[in-house]
Amino acid sequence: MTLNEQVLKYDERMIYDLRELYRLHGYTRFKMGKFEEYDLYSKNKDFLVSDSVITFTDTNGKLMALKPDVTLSIVKNAKWQKGCVQKVYYNENVYRISRSTHAFEELMQAGLECIGDLDVMQLCDVMLLAAQSLQKISADFVLDVSHMGIVGAMMEEMHLPADAQNDLLAALGEKNTHGARAICLSNGVDDVACDRLLQLIRTYGPIGEILPALQALCADLPVESALCELTMIAEVLASNGFSSQIRLDFSVVHDIHYYSGIVFQGFVDGIPSAVLIGGRYDRLLRKMGKQGGAVGFAVYLDLLERLHREKRDYDADVLCLYRDEDDPTALSAAVSEWNKQGKSVLLQREIPTQMRFGEIVRFSAGGEEK
Amino acid sequence: MKTMINVALPKGRLGEKVLAMFEKAGYECPSIHENNRKLIFENEEVGIRYFWVKPSDVSIYVERGAADIGVAGKDILLEYEPDVYELLDLDIGKCRMAVAAKKDFRDDPETTLRVATKFSNIARNYYHGLGRDIDIIHLNGSIEIAPILGLSDVIVDIVETGTTLLENDLVPFETVVPISARLIANKSSFKFKTEAIEAITAGIAAGIAAEVAEKQAAK
Repeated sequence: MTLNEQVLKYDERMIYDLRELYRLHGYTRFKMGKFEEYDLYSKNKDFLVSDSVITFTDTNGKLMALKPDVTLSIVKNAKWQKGCVQKVYYNENVYRISRSTHAFEELMQAGLECIGDLDVMQLCDVMLLAAQSLQKISADFVLDVSHMGIVGAMMEEMHLPADAQNDLLAALGEKNTHGARAICLSNGVDDVACDRLLQLIRTYGPIGEILPALQALCADLPVESALCELTMIAEVLASNGFSSQIRLDFSVVHDIHYYSGIVFQGFVDGIPSAVLIGGRYDRLLRKMGKQGGAVGFAVYLDLLERLHREKRDYDADVLCLYRDEDDPTALSAAVSEWNKQGKSVLLQREIPTQMRFGEIVRFSAGGEEK
Repeated sequence: MKTMINVALPKGRLGEKVLAMFEKAGYECPSIHENNRKLIFENEEVGIRYFWVKPSDVSIYVERGAADIGVAGKDILLEYEPDVYELLDLDIGKCRMAVAAKKDFRDDPETTLRVATKFSNIARNYYHGLGRDIDIIHLNGSIEIAPILGLSDVIVDIVETGTTLLENDLVPFETVVPISARLIANKSSFKFKTEAIEAITAGIAAGIAAEVAEKQAAK
């Protein structure tokens, strides 16, 4: 079968490209159903981006959900084997509540998960795939990287109550230094720890350039392995031609109860929100009684429409008008002839309103009249 | 060509003050002071494009990327929780979100507290933090009338001087959160226009610091 790429819409071409990219890195497709038992989500609600889940009772009386997330279903099926990781990619629709309209929406995602005996090598490969996925969407992209291990270590030295910790993480996510300072002050956090956190919020720039400053900032914190991971990732990505696009940004914050290591978000110029979101979520595995580590990301394909709004000049290249008495065989032959020239043909008896055509032809057995 | 930064300014008195802060930081735009019906004003030389929008809509323009940055009240940010960066507290438009009620109000924890407000999300979060059972009555205006007519026990609303409350025999009981104007930025714009946005932020922050220093010296 030959594929006519012109027929594919931009997001469909992107799905094709991403699937090919992931396949080349040894990932196999994970195909799942639309429904999942609600129990899976109710136990891990904080892991979900949206609080609300569409539920219904199936014919056996079991409470089911239209899946709001793909990762949980993949983790549920993960099997442990020492020295190995399971690599799967997906292209699925998920169902969530829209933040702006508060109505349910169907979102198309593509992404991958790498689960098992995870090491830095695998981590670097996933980060490389994240950068390459963004590059396929647009050359003008940024991949922001943070590390929950570093954020967690800073939080720990502050000994904050849970509420204050959540508020501080929110301030971090907003690059809100004034808000973070106020929280530190009202909770009696010492000046050194507070200043260090404010400095972390201000830390932003290409990972290779910023890492030395981050290492100095974290000199007396137990975060050697986190810094080591970031250094390795920076080196691998730089050796693949990605340096200025990969930035350290600690405003990338995911739930500290699920995410333990590297977390990241990808942006492309022209789309107002993150098109790629991912991270390492070993703590989710623990909660689900699994061994090992896991990292993955999702690309929000529905957002790509903003980048390439393809406008077609015509609804069809040819509008062919026929009469009741026309010979169907001759008509079919005429359509085949146009199709051979690569033209799309719409057969109608009258001209449809609100549609545009390259040419309008009145069919007649002796030859078409324009 | 200089990077253009789109700025959503809140219409009204607060917006005029905000514009003055931008101008003081070097982002002047003479055309915005001309008396005409234009909606968008730009100065290519300094790389700025201003437009006036309803104060409660600023965060929508910024979150959706129609504006790179904007100025919104903390009340709007807490109520709608837009996914934006909050880069600076501008220290203007200061007021507070407060719980107010009739002078003789006594909170009976055995009953559900009826709360009238324009800011349902803020009120819900505040009482959730206190573990108090409430019934939110969402109103779009004239909130002060609700306890007087028995529609609610308390109101959660913005209090500036407290004069309106006093005139209606209401008193503020608790402060929910202090409010002021904040400089916000679209997350994606920040990635691709980092230098320009950071320069604006630093310029305005320097202006605020200079004003604070001036006030302290005057004391």
